Amino acid sequence: MSTNSLHSLWTTAAEEPGAIPTPHIEYAELSPTLIVIGAALIGIVIEAFVPRKHRYTAQLLVAVTALASAFAAVVGLAVSGRGSGESKIAAMGAIAVDGPALFLQGTILLVGLISALIFAERRLDPVAHGKQVDSFAAQAAAAPGGEAEREAVRAGYTTTEVYPLVLFAIGGMLVFPAANDLLTLFIALEVFSFPLYVMCALARRNRLMSQEAAVKYFLLGAFSSAFMLFGVALLYGYSGAIDYAGIARVISGTEPTTNATLAQTTGNDALLLIGAAMVLLGMLFKVGAVPFHMWTPDVYQGAPTPVTGFMAAATKVAAFGALLRLLYVVLPGLRWDWEPVMWGVAILTMLGGAVLALTQTDIKRLLAYSSVAHAGFILAGVIATSEDGVSSVLFYLAAYSFVTLGAFAVVTLVRDAGGEATHLSKWAGLGRRSPLVAAVFAVFLLAFAGIPLTSGFTGKFAVFKAAAESGAGALVVVGVVSSAIAAFFYIRVIVLMFFQEPKADGPSVAVPSLLTTAAIGVGVAVTVVLGVAPQYFLDLAGQAGVFVR
Amino acid sequence: MNPVNYLYLAALLFAIGASGVLVRRNAIVLFMSVELMLNACNLALVTFSRMHGNLDGQIVAFFTMVVAAAEVVVGLAIIVSFFRSRHSASVDDASLMKL
Repeated sequence: MSTNSLHSLWTTAAEEPGAIPTPHIEYAELSPTLIVIGAALIGIVIEAFVPRKHRYTAQLLVAVTALASAFAAVVGLAVSGRGSGESKIAAMGAIAVDGPALFLQGTILLVGLISALIFAERRLDPVAHGKQVDSFAAQAAAAPGGEAEREAVRAGYTTTEVYPLVLFAIGGMLVFPAANDLLTLFIALEVFSFPLYVMCALARRNRLMSQEAAVKYFLLGAFSSAFMLFGVALLYGYSGAIDYAGIARVISGTEPTTNATLAQTTGNDALLLIGAAMVLLGMLFKVGAVPFHMWTPDVYQGAPTPVTGFMAAATKVAAFGALLRLLYVVLPGLRWDWEPVMWGVAILTMLGGAVLALTQTDIKRLLAYSSVAHAGFILAGVIATSEDGVSSVLFYLAAYSFVTLGAFAVVTLVRDAGGEATHLSKWAGLGRRSPLVAAVFAVFLLAFAGIPLTSGFTGKFAVFKAAAESGAGALVVVGVVSSAIAAFFYIRVIVLMFFQEPKADGPSVAVPSLLTTAAIGVGVAVTVVLGVAPQYFLDLAGQAGVFVR
Repeated sequence: MNPVNYLYLAALLFAIGASGVLVRRNAIVLFMSVELMLNACNLALVTFSRMHGNLDGQIVAFFTMVVAAAEVVVGLAIIVSFFRSRHSASVDDASLMKL
């Protein structure tokens, strides 16, 4: 590299600075994201100017309207063919508008819509000082147990900031699976992570635990995103480009204009391998794959349960979308290098999640480890490296996210004097006391376990079939074994609920308002429909299985 | 001076930051170490930008600075509220949730 050295204090510009071309922004293609981010900004204005007693209604209205219209926009784009035939790359190469992106954006928006309903539930917590309250802290800045907190509770404050926060998070998640260059990828990651860190700290009950979860999530999340950024830097150093197509061209050796610097950097495989590994690490952290799963149980347990449900469902969808695009669009030329690594990660994730879940005594931690195991099953589909693999992963993500949302919504209902009763021993005999709630939860658990006639079975079948067809038979065997291990602890909870005597001081099931009822109802409906008549949705995911480059 | 030396420096800074996150116990120091890692990334990006003679890396570095600033806002808010409820910013005290 000595040919490139600098001997003076000044340097010449790389090329003549010409007129900067006006960027061309395709507003129609970007409308889902723009609507959601715009609504988040409106939410901040509401927070500043609308009187406190009207904020809840206003925020909820804005959030629901925005998410519904953004979903309509996604459907519109898909109907106009952007999802299948006429994929395109918008915003000067920054955002891809193609099948996987639209499918995942639609899923994220529906998940967000249902989450907003669960967030808005105000019937579960006992009325405090004549005011209905939700699951979020009266005033997050007040120290727990302090005078300021007591005053805030007495005044009946609620944290309506969660609605703009969740909209910002959804905005970032919409961009993450559609990002078409490394810069957009990194910014989208941070845009959806920061609101999630804050939302984790907002629980009304168990505030110390909630703050602890936020600190852990924040520090580990920032650590992993720093790794990802260094990976971005190394990939850029290797290829001299930050857009996916450019990097992929350099990796596969089809870049037409090879200059001296590029010849030097592409000669150094360490840049490529370490860079790709670090970017992958950042994504595997977000999906909670095994060597990087340590944050999952603590954060899922400490965060307010509605936030946990949202995070478990939507983050996974967004992060797997980005992972798929990275592996299939940027790094296909590196497939022989990443495939063995991903095999290892997938096996560790499936077995690790299933085995660790066996020992859990807290329902939220149990669901956290179960989400780790599910990340492993989805990774099996990712490794398939075929069009079937992509569409099976898309289908699995959609099916899994509704089951997760529903399961965590049920967790918010089972309560005792201290708030939610999450310890498993307290769930004993729930089926005797409130058969309907227990039955609904049993449906979700069966779907997690992958029992036929639920969406979980269809998803698992599609993923394992795609993996087996692409020659990953051993992976499928491990997957089936860990499904069997996982089924044990799901069934154990069902046995606990239905075949044990209820305890005298057991929890009671709160009667939710229409909001949570609707959310759980949608969860059950999707779980059953995707299990009984999945063909339409499988076709939909099948049509959406091609990335644009 | 050979631009590759700046890459060695960036890698060194990144390693110092990463080991800081792993060995230190105070949440604020952990956070500073993460910021050091981000700055190491910036140095690497700008160096690569100089080597390749295009501006992409420098633009990423600008965005990284903005992200780092936003991270300070979010992170300090979380760490300060954590500190105020425990009168300690040690991450070893964050052990309410054990198996």
